Amino acid sequence: MREFGYQKVLDVPDAVAALGADPDARFLGGGTNLVDLMKSGVERPARLVDVRDLPLDRIEPTPGGGLRIGATVTNSDLAAHPDVRRRYPALAQAVLAGASGQLRNMATVGGNLLQRTRCGYFTDVTKACNKRNPGSGCPAVEGEHRNAALFGASRHCVAVHPSDMGVALAAFDAVVHYETADGPGGTPREGELALDAFYLPVGDTPHLETALPPGALITGVTLPPAPVAAHSRYRKVRERASYAFAIGSLTAALDVEDGIVRDARLAFGAVASRPWRARAAERALIGGPADGDAYAAAADAELAAAETLRDNAYKVPLMRNLVVAQLTELEQEARR
Amino acid sequence: MAPAPLSTHSAITLHINGEKYTLPVDHRTTLLDALRERLDLTGTKKGCDQGQCGACTVLVDGRRTVSCLQLAVAAEGREITTVEGVAEGDELHPVQQAFLDLDGFQCGYCTPGQICSALGVLEEHAAGWPSAVTDDVRPEAGPPPLTPEEIRERMSGNLCRCGAYVSIVRAVAAAAESADAAAQDSHSHDSHDTKEQVA
Repeated sequence: MREFGYQKVLDVPDAVAALGADPDARFLGGGTNLVDLMKSGVERPARLVDVRDLPLDRIEPTPGGGLRIGATVTNSDLAAHPDVRRRYPALAQAVLAGASGQLRNMATVGGNLLQRTRCGYFTDVTKACNKRNPGSGCPAVEGEHRNAALFGASRHCVAVHPSDMGVALAAFDAVVHYETADGPGGTPREGELALDAFYLPVGDTPHLETALPPGALITGVTLPPAPVAAHSRYRKVRERASYAFAIGSLTAALDVEDGIVRDARLAFGAVASRPWRARAAERALIGGPADGDAYAAAADAELAAAETLRDNAYKVPLMRNLVVAQLTELEQEARR
Repeated sequence: MAPAPLSTHSAITLHINGEKYTLPVDHRTTLLDALRERLDLTGTKKGCDQGQCGACTVLVDGRRTVSCLQLAVAAEGREITTVEGVAEGDELHPVQQAFLDLDGFQCGYCTPGQICSALGVLEEHAAGWPSAVTDDVRPEAGPPPLTPEEIRERMSGNLCRCGAYVSIVRAVAAAAESADAAAQDSHSHDSHDTKEQVA
């Protein structure tokens, strides 16, 4: 591991000033991804700015029934919070489906959004990878790609975003708040990005992952009010019963009245370089009948755009089955 | 503000099992390596060194944490409990006793991590936290009973290559029962502060 300078900051202006626009500096949150990547040489920062003790560790209600979640809230505290469990149960379930109890106690909301892919070529510095080393190529296209993306990938990168939490945030229209030091005269400036705009398209620049300005610090996430989110679930498919990344996952929310879908939210995990909001499926569902045929048709409306590789085509029926099973379960719960 | 000086070492003070330890560290030092290589607290074990096996689990500010991904310099000022700090003198903690009584190990290498993780599980469950196998996470549903399924899920961050999982689950369940019994006991005789109730 490269030697590095270390500095702990206690407020946001100090944090963004300390990082500056130094491309060799990184914010350190829980460290569960960054420290691991530093050990393997994927990340080689010269400086760490420790933001773990910033006063961004609260979850507060917003007017109208939404929530503002601070960036240093741990995954554990997020999943345990009564308002999260009551208003956005799929978010609590998604967080609980990720990692282990130890890692959830360490990991933070801001870091979760910025975690890197677990594609084996990215994490192995002896291999080519356009995300880690732009222009070096993507061996996954022809190589090991069973967990590669279905949507939005390119021949330059087929890696998937590993977050569970993000899949629920995508379904619920989360907005990411940040602060930078690039205001007039180097003063702090606040900004925000809808989650839809937060992650950049892959194209030929897979190393550029988010639309955050250089040196920006994520300060929190807002979830707008969403009554349908109270009837939501997260379902994850993985190769072990616990403590493994998804090969496909789903956040689904459903509001049914008199057999008609009044509102629905669907987002897929482990199918793209970002949490994938399934808007085509939502459009197909809303206003139509709440039955299994309609759920399958909605899944197909989204999956029609899927582009498969040699070894990941299994994800298409996997996601279709997830959608049908989860919507059916939500509909049955609503009738109880 | 000027960039931080690029010192790559710091003198830090760690609070471990109620003691203070001051030591110079290279910033690259993990809490795990500081414990084992610098402070002779070798109860905490190094397994994978990448956050996947749980052998290095300790409690940081009361919460279970993998010490291999925790930089020592970033742990300054936090209250750290390792397996060496779990017992009360010669009296084993009920979780430790349950692992002994119910054979919750074979070779023992993962056991310090299992015990520290189990301590975290019991606290988290007592605080009403749901898990990935809790069917209804809404607070109105109440805390889930600590079934074997719940224990397996909550302990899934701790691997055991001997495969002692069946006994580990029994030991955690037994420790939870004894903690419940102690809490009930303390509730019914809350003016009598006996030693048993502390357990």
